[in-house]
Amino acid sequence: MFNKKFFLYLVLSLVFYGVVQFLITGMWLNDFYVDTLVLIGINIILAVSLNLINGFTGQFSIGHAGFMSIGAYVSAIMTYNFQMSFPVALLAGCVAAALAGLVIGLPTLRLKGDYLAIATLGFGEIIRIVWLNTEYVGGASGMNGIDKLTNWTWTFFLVLITILVIQNIVKSTHGRAMISVRENEIAAEAMGVNVTKYKVYAFVVGAFFAGLAGGLTAHYFYIIQPTSFNFMKSFEILVFVVLGGLGSTGGVVLGTILLTLLFTYLQEYPELRMIIYSLILIFTMIFRPQGLLGGFSAKKMVKKGGSSQDGSSTTSA
Amino acid sequence: MAAQQLLLNVDNVSRVFGGLKAVSDVNMQIQDGELVGLIGPNGAGKTTLFNLLTGVYEPSGGKIHLSGESVGGLRPYQITKRGAARTFQNIRLFGDMTVLENVMVAYHMHARHSLFTSIFRLPGHFKGEAEMREKAVEFLKIFNLDGKKDEIAKNLPYGEQRRLEIARALAARPKLLLLDEPAAGMNPQETVDLMNLIRWIRDEFKITILLIEHDMGLVMGVCERIYVLDHGQIIASGTPEEIRTNPHVIEAYLGQEV
Repeated sequence: MFNKKFFLYLVLSLVFYGVVQFLITGMWLNDFYVDTLVLIGINIILAVSLNLINGFTGQFSIGHAGFMSIGAYVSAIMTYNFQMSFPVALLAGCVAAALAGLVIGLPTLRLKGDYLAIATLGFGEIIRIVWLNTEYVGGASGMNGIDKLTNWTWTFFLVLITILVIQNIVKSTHGRAMISVRENEIAAEAMGVNVTKYKVYAFVVGAFFAGLAGGLTAHYFYIIQPTSFNFMKSFEILVFVVLGGLGSTGGVVLGTILLTLLFTYLQEYPELRMIIYSLILIFTMIFRPQGLLGGFSAKKMVKKGGSSQDGSSTTSA
Repeated sequence: MAAQQLLLNVDNVSRVFGGLKAVSDVNMQIQDGELVGLIGPNGAGKTTLFNLLTGVYEPSGGKIHLSGESVGGLRPYQITKRGAARTFQNIRLFGDMTVLENVMVAYHMHARHSLFTSIFRLPGHFKGEAEMREKAVEFLKIFNLDGKKDEIAKNLPYGEQRRLEIARALAARPKLLLLDEPAAGMNPQETVDLMNLIRWIRDEFKITILLIEHDMGLVMGVCERIYVLDHGQIIASGTPEEIRTNPHVIEAYLGQEV
């Protein structure tokens, strides 16, 4: 990892950061562009972390918005009600989300494929409804007037850290253990991989960064409401991952950037937006099921659950 | 060979699925360094017995000891850590990983660097990974697969996939290697090569091998001792000569074929 290529990428991204920061300071980039950049950054954190669970470990989870909301609410409470500093609040949000990942992960990870998807989906909705019914965090109207502490610098460096951490996990023996779970759970276990442990690791780390994205969101858009973390949000993140390519961090980053831009620029045509979006997805699934740069097909993840569990070889000759 | 020691002791093990007794009261003793075959007609319960030995199923009754330690009811990864690795009847490679990575996964349980060390890329990570890679490459050389180390496992020809699966199981450094129909789908020449490979593995790695096989030629040729399973019960055990002439065995097999 710490080779020439790594430093080249690091320098390139720092140059990119510097140029954008320069443009923002000089007022050459208006708020619309900054909003878009920050949104892309937050979405990248969400997608890359979900990719650890779905793409690398092969666990079909669609409750990411739930973890995100925990990060958002907890960090907002920290700054708004307890006047904590921004980094401490963000960290608290991350840890809370990671704990939730642990609590949810342990019982649900016995499930496979579609069953796990439904369980995580349900979990996301439960979290949302808890916020909705908690007066302390404003119920349905949510929390207002959260300080705007997120900026381009915070977003950029946290995206960088997220990608680094996920890549460092994936490109290690622990990452290979996770991928082996995705490839063949029974063989992974027979080779001495503690399958449950690695599923939980993936869940906890994924939830941690979803919490981070939630904290950044809360402190950028002033306001958080339970409805912004509904099923559609989880689904949106899943779409970034599937379109970019399950199990490919580069692909997921690329997919997230493209889709976020598309979404932003189509905002003026709300009727057309969902149609175009859906068409893109349908065509990707037909012509490129492995995603833009992905290594493995989305179809496989769904099929893996349930029936084919102990029959049919995974090695299609 | 060192003094004979009991490596695997299967004591009255049974497994019930609903009303069906797939394996009933099986007793099996395997000494250190033996090469033992397990045969039986289709549906006799051979693979079920394997799954019991490797923790995929929990025994409904009886005890299993590996090197004197009770392993009944442990999870498969725990049993692998205690020294029993296996291959599968239908090959189960990590299809989308490279040949090298497949073998490296087997070294995972011996890894000393933690997730934390890897996330922060502490020195332990680089040392551990380099060591693992080196060992895995060495290992692939033994199996003549080092030239294909960067190929995706599912793209290998069938015979090489089988070999890779055996290599991967051996990389876990087991005391007991369990091979589930290693010759399935192989032609006669490949089967002969495989027989030599199995014998060579036993001598080279000084391990004990238990193999399930349908191919009588292979079993009789390579195994020193054979257990015959029929309807979930051991109906005979002994040297290949004894098995060949055992009336129960002939009956079990003829009963199936005629």
